[in-house]
Amino acid sequence: MSTTTGRKSYGVKGAPYAHPSPATARKGALRAPYFFLLPASVLFALFFALPIGYAVFLSFRKVHVSGLGLGAGARHEVWAGFENYTDAFQDSELLHGALRVLGYGCIVVPVMLGLALLFALMLDSERVRLAPVTRLAIFLPYAIPGVVAALMWGFLYLPSVSPFYYVLQKLHMPQPNLLDGGPLYLAISNIAVWGGTGFNMIVIYTSLRSIPVEVYEAARLDGATPLQIALRIKIPMVAPSLVLTFFFSIIATLQVFNEPTTLKPLTNSLNTSWSPLMKVYQDAFHRGDIYAAAAEATLIALATLVLSFGFLRAANRRTKQEAAG
Amino acid sequence: MPHTKRRRLVTSALAVALGATTLAACGSGDDSKSESGPVSLTYWTWTPGMDKVVDLWNKGPGKKDRITVTVKKQASGDTLVTKILTAHKAKKAPDLVQAEYQALPTLVSNDALADISKEVGDVKGKFADGVWQQTTLGTNAVYAVPQDIGPMMFYYRADLFKKYGLKVPTTWQQFAETARALKKQAPDKYLTTFSANDSGLFAGLAQQAGATWWTTSGDKWKVAIDDAATRKVATFWGGLVKDGVIDNQPMYQPAWNKAMNTGQEIGWVSAVWAPGTLTTAAPDTKGKWAMAPLPQWSEDQDVTGSWGGSSTAVTTDSAHKEAAAEFAAWLNTDHDALNALATDGGIYPASTSAQLSGAFSNPPAFFSNQPDFYTKAAGIAKTTVPSAWGPNVNVAYASFNDAFGAAAKDKSDFGAALKKMQDATVADMKKQGFGVSR
Repeated sequence: MSTTTGRKSYGVKGAPYAHPSPATARKGALRAPYFFLLPASVLFALFFALPIGYAVFLSFRKVHVSGLGLGAGARHEVWAGFENYTDAFQDSELLHGALRVLGYGCIVVPVMLGLALLFALMLDSERVRLAPVTRLAIFLPYAIPGVVAALMWGFLYLPSVSPFYYVLQKLHMPQPNLLDGGPLYLAISNIAVWGGTGFNMIVIYTSLRSIPVEVYEAARLDGATPLQIALRIKIPMVAPSLVLTFFFSIIATLQVFNEPTTLKPLTNSLNTSWSPLMKVYQDAFHRGDIYAAAAEATLIALATLVLSFGFLRAANRRTKQEAAG
Repeated sequence: MPHTKRRRLVTSALAVALGATTLAACGSGDDSKSESGPVSLTYWTWTPGMDKVVDLWNKGPGKKDRITVTVKKQASGDTLVTKILTAHKAKKAPDLVQAEYQALPTLVSNDALADISKEVGDVKGKFADGVWQQTTLGTNAVYAVPQDIGPMMFYYRADLFKKYGLKVPTTWQQFAETARALKKQAPDKYLTTFSANDSGLFAGLAQQAGATWWTTSGDKWKVAIDDAATRKVATFWGGLVKDGVIDNQPMYQPAWNKAMNTGQEIGWVSAVWAPGTLTTAAPDTKGKWAMAPLPQWSEDQDVTGSWGGSSTAVTTDSAHKEAAAEFAAWLNTDHDALNALATDGGIYPASTSAQLSGAFSNPPAFFSNQPDFYTKAAGIAKTTVPSAWGPNVNVAYASFNDAFGAAAKDKSDFGAALKKMQDATVADMKKQGFGVSR
């Protein structure tokens, strides 16, 4: 944008500065945008495009071993075509992992965003006391590293060391096993909700604060109750933030790794490939098959792109329709 | 606790016998031991306190031969194997690496380890045959010098065994009876747990029962994870879990620590390094434990398996293989070095003469009640049966974690889990292109 303006100034106003010749100036001006783009492009190419390209390249390779595979020259890297991809598609563990993450996401995303919205609305209402302290308290878990959070919750989930279980036992209440079966999903989701709600709340809250007060005033003059204001005015007006937080949450869900990995040693119910990313890690660093891992990582990246941008498009279309209607 | 596995990263073919070695070999044909200039070596290890041991070298024999070793502390087990293979791919692996025995075939098959038979061949006599054989992979080559070993033993709470009138089991049959007897007397206690999170334990138990998981004939591997011996072990433990007479929770986690510390679990099938683990996991039980040989499958037998243990290897990327091999031999056979390794690193040496000397004349502090701890341990170590490892131990182990983890949780058929482990291992080898015979 700035470059366009720059070019115009040469043509329209002539030459306020001493230029060698208009032709050179124009050429220089034509080059200028590329020059400005250079640092970003180089960094992008080096640290983004190149590694991704290499990962994709690796995903089409494999190692071929001959005979016993001992000694020099027993292993060769060869082209694999789509073999790693077909294997990944046929691998029931990857599919099951994806389904597990889907189940996990169905719990985490609605609960986390619901709570975030609720807290944001409550903080925004005038009746709340100690708003800054409360805001900080809700946000704080986000500042705790995921692994630490998972470890802490892990201790709380283990019947023999958890204070909660101690109390339940004293009260002769049932003591559910949170690290098994269905409750395990709740246990893992809980860690994510605990850690992520604060961040999403801040995003929504910030956008609530930017709504002009006149809007509320008008609503109040029209006789709207605080609840009506929240439902009819605030929520629709922060819809773009909700879309954004939803978008982030989908991505975070698809990348779930820390929580199940940290909880894994605590229970037999979490296997080494509980989530797709854990499977990638397992293949790359335990099985040492970086080729299969590269193919799986590529698939996960594609799925993330399709899901998250698919959602964004759908959300945008709706907003436009609403705007038009 | 060491687990293992490792990897199959690629390597391109050629080993590099680079510059310096070649030059040294040419330049000083008369004296094969010395190289032409000061040599500096890098050593990747996870043993705690290794820098102190290496200091002994740098100030002593190393100074004389002008060979300086630098320690780079690493994560243990399979993580390091992956790292070594990745570095080796770029021809930048360090001169010396620590490697668990079961990782050696993997490293060798990636051409990451140099054959140092010429340099260290004469130290063979310092080690038990079963231990040494793991570093040769049954060939004439020598790929590493044994450092520590983990002969398996049975640990039990002497005080609680007495309290419940239990006898220390000498056969697995008795072990099962003891577990049932305890359950009857104290329903909230377990003799032990079957943990699916450390494959090394199961591998060691199978080894004791006589299993040989990987063998070669001609240019084909034979995988016998699902053989009669291992099946016997799997069925035995599966039965105990199914009947609920032992626990099914994984080891090394807060709940297990608590169970060990409070006497909810009163026994542990483990290895010689157990005192270290118990010191941190069950600090309140100091002086209450005792160690006995592993129960046997038949009365007339006296064998044990091994769980853990590692070696020092020289990589093919090293430009100073001779110097590196000299250090590896010194580290694992020299009296002072081994004494320091035991004191600072807490390892149990593979070298037979070191098992009774220096640091091992007194029992570990946690077992002060058992003065002959290390005499007994050295006796047990002698009964270790040889083990055989293949090129994809990591896959077998990962498959063990998942299949047996699920079986232990559901208290279902361990035999089916074993079959899964066998199938996954064979399928992986076939996929990679290894010759596999049925």
